[in-house]
Amino acid sequence: MSAPLLSIRGVKTFYGNIMALAGVDLDVCEGEIVTLIGANGAGKSTLMMTICGTPQAREGTILFEGRDITRLPTHEIIRSHIAQAPEGRRIFPRMTVYENLQLGAAVTGFAHFDQDLKRVFTLFPTLAERREQRGGTLSGGEQQMLSIGRALMSRPRLLLLDEPSLGLAPLLVQQIFEAIRNLNEREGLAIFLVEQNAHHALKLAHRGYVLVNGLITLEGAGRELLERPEVREAYLDGGRRRTEQAR
Amino acid sequence: MPNEVASAKPGTNFDVVGALKDAGLAALIAFGLFSLILGLRTEQDQISQQLALIPRPLLLAGAVAVVFAGRFLVALLVRRGGMIDPGALLPHRLTAKLDRLGRFLAPALLAFAIATPFLFYSNRYLLDLGILVLTYVMLGWGLNVVVGLAGLLDLGYVAFYAVGAYSYALIAQHFGLSFWICLPLAGIFAAFWGVLLGFPVLRLRGDYLAIVTLAFGEIIRLVIINWSSLTGGPNGIASIPRPSFFGIPFTDDEHGFAAFFGLEFSSTHRVVFLFYVILALALLTNYATLRLRRLPIGRAWEALREDEIACRSLGINTTHTKLTAFAIGAMIGGIAGSFFATRQGFISPESFVFMESALVLAIVVLGGMGSQLGVAIAALVMIGGFELFRGFEQFRMLVFGVVMVAIMVWRPRGLIANRTPSVFLEQRKVIPAALVEKARR
Repeated sequence: MSAPLLSIRGVKTFYGNIMALAGVDLDVCEGEIVTLIGANGAGKSTLMMTICGTPQAREGTILFEGRDITRLPTHEIIRSHIAQAPEGRRIFPRMTVYENLQLGAAVTGFAHFDQDLKRVFTLFPTLAERREQRGGTLSGGEQQMLSIGRALMSRPRLLLLDEPSLGLAPLLVQQIFEAIRNLNEREGLAIFLVEQNAHHALKLAHRGYVLVNGLITLEGAGRELLERPEVREAYLDGGRRRTEQAR
Repeated sequence: MPNEVASAKPGTNFDVVGALKDAGLAALIAFGLFSLILGLRTEQDQISQQLALIPRPLLLAGAVAVVFAGRFLVALLVRRGGMIDPGALLPHRLTAKLDRLGRFLAPALLAFAIATPFLFYSNRYLLDLGILVLTYVMLGWGLNVVVGLAGLLDLGYVAFYAVGAYSYALIAQHFGLSFWICLPLAGIFAAFWGVLLGFPVLRLRGDYLAIVTLAFGEIIRLVIINWSSLTGGPNGIASIPRPSFFGIPFTDDEHGFAAFFGLEFSSTHRVVFLFYVILALALLTNYATLRLRRLPIGRAWEALREDEIACRSLGINTTHTKLTAFAIGAMIGGIAGSFFATRQGFISPESFVFMESALVLAIVVLGGMGSQLGVAIAALVMIGGFELFRGFEQFRMLVFGVVMVAIMVWRPRGLIANRTPSVFLEQRKVIPAALVEKARR
């Protein structure tokens, strides 16, 4: 295995005195989809935000393409070609789809803007139809597409996706995951995916990590993790059994 | 409530009893309120110097009767469960028409502004009023950058106005530089103070930001009052040099403006000149703001207003973005301030009280956040209206307040509430008012 694209070593992140990440080690290699699953409050989104530098890790190092980005300000990190589609999509609701995408290109300049726009519109044709529509009037799925598309406009070498399936209908979840697979297979884009939808995420990912209370407890190939009894118990069947009991 | 049955079918079944009851209650409240305010009058006896109470039962009865009749009619015709639906009073068509009118309004207003000195050449009062309105238009556009575009609520905008005014007054007096050199200098000074204010408030948003900016405005004013050796303290600075027509002074001698152009001397020349200066400055502000909105920095301002976290995740440097917004807004305020100083010829801290900040903010909010035309109209309505109601003296503020409440009830997103996208592909589309930010608190 060559040197990983993103390498996280012993990262500890605090909210005040509360330790949210208790020393996380994680790697994302070139051309790989890596997923991080875990329960509510395990620290998944915190890890995502720590990579982006808000909040910064108190201990440990984060290397991207061999460069230490742990202490860089957020905008510098994004400038080194990491893009994020943040949790809850966070598109600009009163700006048009086109303007949203333009803002995504804010860090790269506009030299290859049209080309990048075409790429996003090919990936998500609905966005092309709605490009003069305001972001806030899009459906949840379209907003998620816009959020991913906006992140792609900065020509990232690593794409961070925080719960892209959040609050979406199953059919749309499939569409989004299909697009993620496309991006990875056709363009070889490295993707780091944080998900609660463990089943879908692990099926899609090359490798997966399980985060419990700020610590990585399991790691392995996506399919392999799917078969692990403790994973099934905690994140897959367990949930199903619980809902059945509730009935 | 029995009234609701009636309101379900208005026009077919008037609920007279309910309306009478309602009107009776309103009349009772009116009686309670007016009995002391209108019903009694105190008069000082000229000889004994004693106060005498004079009852005015007729006036009181009249006021109560008016309230009774008015409430009765309202209750009978438009009441809906005790609340009047604003939509019923201002039909949708009218609102839409107002929006459409906007497109022709801007050129018409501009033409009117350019023609004003010719139309009202002999009316010095109107010209002065025009200059005042245009000053507030410029201030409004400046604050619009900070509040309307970048979404940073600034309650101390008058501080930059003051910095601009004092910069001009002091530089012109001590170094003898001309108005046209001092103008950009004042702008730069104000921008510097804008950045200075910007640094400590970078982490603040919304209410907290508003409080700090409010304090900042007061600090500047108090410093001006107390630093007597530099600013003259509460006495202010007098005999500030008047602007010249690009080097030709407006004086009544052979070197003056009138003699140079072979005109008969008139003091109106200078007023007309000032009018065009502020008009040009305001238009320049407008042009610069519109251009800035199309640049990445302008887009970043708007994005910042929408969602700061999303901004950061896109690699926008929010620190720079906020500071430039403060700096540009402050610079515009400073330039307006230095114009104010040269027009008045005298400045004192009294001109830079919190009321001014509130007025400019009211202009921006009433005009519709981020709308250039809306701000211009709001300035015209507010400042012009203020003067219009001068005759009512003590009721002026009351009418003013009622108008503001009425605007916020009927057009909660400001007079011109549409947001035009900064960029568009094939055709310009207007973003409907319902999706633009609304007054909340």
